[in-house]
Amino acid sequence: MSERKPANKPLLSVRGLCKYFPVHSQGLLRRRTRYVRAVDDVSFDLHSGETLGLVGESGSGKTTTGRVILRAIEPTRGSVLLTRDDTCVEVTTLGRRDLKQLRTQMQMVFQDPFSSLNPRMTVGDIVGEPLVIHRMAKGRALRDQVVTMLERVGLKPHHRTRYPHAFSGGQRQRIGIARALIMNPAFLVADEPVSALDVSVQAQVINLLRRFQRELGLTYLFIAHDLSVVRHISDRVAVMYAGRIVEMAPTAALFERPRHPYTRALLASVPNPDPDVPMAPTIHGDVADPGDLPPGCSFHPRCPYATEACRNEPPALTDSGHGHQVRCLKPLEPRV
Amino acid sequence: MADPKHNGGGTPLLEVEDLEVCFDTEVGTLTAVDGVSLTIPRGRVMGLVGESGCGKSVTAYSILRLVQPPGRIRNGRIRLNPEAGDPVDIAGLRETDELLYRLRGGMVSMIFQEPMTALSPVHTVGNQLCEAILLHQSIGAGEAERLAVGMLERVGIPGAADRLRQYPFEMSGGMRQRVVIAMALVCRPELLIADEPTTALDVTIQAQIMDLMRALQAEMNTAILLITHDLGVVAQMCRDVAVMYLGRIVERGTVRQILKTPQHPYTRGLLASLPGLSLDRPELPSIEGTVPSLFEIPPGCPFHPRCPFSLEGTCDTGAPPALRPPLAGHEVACLRAGELETAP
Repeated sequence: MSERKPANKPLLSVRGLCKYFPVHSQGLLRRRTRYVRAVDDVSFDLHSGETLGLVGESGSGKTTTGRVILRAIEPTRGSVLLTRDDTCVEVTTLGRRDLKQLRTQMQMVFQDPFSSLNPRMTVGDIVGEPLVIHRMAKGRALRDQVVTMLERVGLKPHHRTRYPHAFSGGQRQRIGIARALIMNPAFLVADEPVSALDVSVQAQVINLLRRFQRELGLTYLFIAHDLSVVRHISDRVAVMYAGRIVEMAPTAALFERPRHPYTRALLASVPNPDPDVPMAPTIHGDVADPGDLPPGCSFHPRCPYATEACRNEPPALTDSGHGHQVRCLKPLEPRV
Repeated sequence: MADPKHNGGGTPLLEVEDLEVCFDTEVGTLTAVDGVSLTIPRGRVMGLVGESGCGKSVTAYSILRLVQPPGRIRNGRIRLNPEAGDPVDIAGLRETDELLYRLRGGMVSMIFQEPMTALSPVHTVGNQLCEAILLHQSIGAGEAERLAVGMLERVGIPGAADRLRQYPFEMSGGMRQRVVIAMALVCRPELLIADEPTTALDVTIQAQIMDLMRALQAEMNTAILLITHDLGVVAQMCRDVAVMYLGRIVERGTVRQILKTPQHPYTRGLLASLPGLSLDRPELPSIEGTVPSLFEIPPGCPFHPRCPFSLEGTCDTGAPPALRPPLAGHEVACLRAGELETAP
């Protein structure tokens, strides 16, 4: 069992992380015309055993953030510090060999359990592949570890010889989790791990992820667009809009006392399964295009409270106490 | 057409009776819809909910006869009683019947989940909208265009006249879904079938589209069959709900009956596994196991292997339980429905 030690150095410390994708013009010269600011100045700390939920609508940069942290995509700038057993590693500047070593400690679970598993490999080969790549086990030892891992995620030892097509979505997601956890990582990026699953199966996978966290002291960056799932699993939540974190707070504070107008609109947009709770008025307009951001606050064209200042001045992420950060010139007062 | 007969408010718009849809595959015949009966009164919104593979989309596609081979309607009646005109048994029509083409997009229209695949990528929005109008109404091209612009404005698309000349890829997902809705409603259908109309959209956009559909439904008094897996969408949109599991309706009632006092163990399980409702519990209640394959439908009650209340010798043998009403207007296909405690 692990205990959370917030006084210690965070396991993961992300500072000023940016990922800009260049957009090229049509034609022969393919000049760079502009940049899509997919991730812009993202900073947060993640302590051991903690779950940070990262929410936002499509194109908000949450998936890119997860991938840049793992260096599945190279960052444009910024720093990612991973601290484990008092050794501190700057992830963004690691060379190839060190990066491979690092991958044993940071793993990922993907959204789509259909395309993230190779259909030509058996489940045993899929789950055991990380051990083979890192030369950590072979032969009988490899098989035993794979079988143990399969059982821990709720699959049977004989599933080892089957192919992914024989499994349902929920079972495939268990295979994906087994593959990520067989390296015994410290940190897991879970990118929409349950959004492709049916509700009844979704609950099983969430429970599985939480059980592993309790037993192994895992740290999660949990990326999702489903706010109720995030609320259930996260200790803290960060809300992204157009590449930036616009609000970050402990889960209860964020859901009960949201201070950014976007967070409040996002929460109000979720249809309540109680027919007697009417929906709040909706916000107009479309999600901002990170390739063509409005000046000032990116949310101002959709914000019901926007003033002249919001159109000109980009707000900074400021702490309003108790770890509640908001990127807004005039944060909302908590409603009673 | 024969002398148009005016149907009073008494006859429901759509009556589906004992619908069976099967798919002939190499490894055997698979029954996707097994004896579904549904009634939709005029101007009502009815939700059809269930997890993937439960047959909710196949049921909806059958109403427009859109089930493609190897799928076929094996049995049942789909009776449409239009406001003006004779009742039609859609299930009995020939594949090439002229009437079928007039129904589709005319009296009955459909909205699909993914707006990009529902629209043609190589035609402008205006062309596609006007095509729908010209197919069903005997008016000129200029008049059709005026109607199209009016409908685009009605679904909240700014600069509608210019938008007519755009292609779907030039629009955002929310805008495209508005176009699809405009196309579906432009001929003022009596029944709209909406298959997961907001699932592919972001929540803030989903809320906008739900608002729009509610407003248009009230204005045009269109009946809607809304297919969704999202119980929140059901709660906010529907008056009546039917819950499907493995090709059968297992529970049916008003939205309040189904969501507030669910009777069937499956419906209860679905509601309990919603994360929002069980904040303080460390373990989320979940339904045991997974939805079985349609090739291996369990005997007796199809839900019994996953049901916490199933009784050996009662629930696992014989024919699947039929829908029966323990309460007025609230029907449940469960042998133990009466004995179980109400309220989740």
